[in-house]
Amino acid sequence: MSAPILETRGLCKSFGALQVAREIDFRLERGARHALIGPNGAGKTTLVNLLTGVLRPSEGSVLLEGEDLTRLPQAKRVKRGIARTFQINQLFRGLSVLENVCIAVAERLGAGGSMLRPAGRRADVIDEAVRLLGTLRLEADAGRRVGELPYGRQRLVEIAIALGLKPRVLLLDEPAAGIPSAESHIILDAIAGLPQEIAVLIIEHDMDLVFRFAGRITVMVSGAIFAEGSPEEIAANRDVRTVYLGSALDA
Amino acid sequence: MTAARRLAERHHLRWWEALPWLAAAGAFFAFPNYLAFGTQLVITILFALSLDLVLGYAGIITLGHAAFFGAGAYTVGMLAQHAGWTEPLSGLLAAAAVAGAIGLASGFVLLRTHGLTLLMLTLCTMALLEEGANMASALTGGFDGMPGLQFAPLLGVFAFDPLYFRSQYVYSLVVLFACFALVRMLVHSSFGQSLTGIRENVLRMHAVGAPVRARLVLAYAISAALAGVAGALFTQANAFVNLAALGLDRAAGVLIVLILGGYGRLYGAFVGATVYFVLEHALAKAYPTAWQLGVGLVLIGVALFARNGILGLIQKPQ
Repeated sequence: MSAPILETRGLCKSFGALQVAREIDFRLERGARHALIGPNGAGKTTLVNLLTGVLRPSEGSVLLEGEDLTRLPQAKRVKRGIARTFQINQLFRGLSVLENVCIAVAERLGAGGSMLRPAGRRADVIDEAVRLLGTLRLEADAGRRVGELPYGRQRLVEIAIALGLKPRVLLLDEPAAGIPSAESHIILDAIAGLPQEIAVLIIEHDMDLVFRFAGRITVMVSGAIFAEGSPEEIAANRDVRTVYLGSALDA
Repeated sequence: MTAARRLAERHHLRWWEALPWLAAAGAFFAFPNYLAFGTQLVITILFALSLDLVLGYAGIITLGHAAFFGAGAYTVGMLAQHAGWTEPLSGLLAAAAVAGAIGLASGFVLLRTHGLTLLMLTLCTMALLEEGANMASALTGGFDGMPGLQFAPLLGVFAFDPLYFRSQYVYSLVVLFACFALVRMLVHSSFGQSLTGIRENVLRMHAVGAPVRARLVLAYAISAALAGVAGALFTQANAFVNLAALGLDRAAGVLIVLILGGYGRLYGAFVGATVYFVLEHALAKAYPTAWQLGVGLVLIGVALFARNGILGLIQKPQ
């Protein structure tokens, strides 16, 4: 097997006596479609925060293509190609959809600190943002303030911002959370349309979405990896059914 | 796409942007007896504009911006008093450098915090400076400040005019114009756009890889330098400086001016300061003892019915 693009070794995180991540050895392969599932409080978002550098691990390391990122702050990891979306929208609500994406693209291109040139004259930034909105079918909303959009479309803007960073690894934290089921196909289509070369890790409670999307599934319980395997293996795993899927599949 | 075109044209000059400058130039000829008033107004606009950069654009909540106004005011005052450095333009640069350095240093420490903590720390920074100026009376004149300062004529030609403020008015206006051009350039740049992003959602800004704190500290230092220039103009125009230059009254006053006009929209400082000054002047004439009541009522009205300030009533949010 080739080297994974993203890997953790013995990752631990504690807040006082509370252990939220225990000895996590996790591998995300190149171009993977990998799902992370588990009951609430299992530590899924904590793992994302450890991978992106929002949290520093108490022990263990995070490697991107073999390079140790453990001590790198969030901004540096973004520059190395790790992007994320949030479980609860974190958008520039007062700004237009286009500007939301432009800010991300400008940071990636290193334009964010430029004081002399008007942002409006960065045609490279604006053109790329426009193209990106096109691929996510958001072009009709480009001029609207994000705060005015329906929630489902705001979720798409979350993904658009992350894609504006041209990530090699994309971490999607419950991308369909809070969307009425009638609209969840919007997110499904967007995820299905993601460029193949991006390795995607998706946290999701919607098992339809997980089993349609994922080539590999990791189950977390109580801050530790409980099981990992192909969707078929996970669906057939009795223990997983007991701790998590039982309720989710029977429902 | 119209959204893209709008974004690409946002920094273009609009016809109405000439209005405040035409009005200011016209006022020079129309109200020759009010140029002292006009000078204070112009200085307040510059001060409010500097606050708008951090408060309106970067979303840094500060109640201590007079610290930098005072730093600039005392810099030129002390240079003139003790070092005989009375040349006005270089005095402005010195004031900008001192205030900017204080902004850089205090911003580096303070901007790790946000919200109420930040508010209190900005207030404390200002109180420390004020108390410092009070205690170092050998340098600053202490409680009495430094009255009767002398400054060299502008460009060696235009003497400061203690009665009619003609030179001071034109001088302040030209400095305001230069500073405004700088701020306008900044807020329309990618840097300015990223400040807006930090204001709107700092968590997301971290997640797109922006060096958030460095940007904030830089914006804070630039804003402090501009406030320092405003303070320096104040000392030069009025030929004195005292503790009122860096007190809470001044810090709160400029905040009120900016909220009144509308923050985060460049021209809010112009509208807010003008409305505040004219209102204060008219009310003080009509009701010498109770004019503050009138100002208070207007503020309540704005807070209740015009949440985005006076400009917010006619201008779409940026």
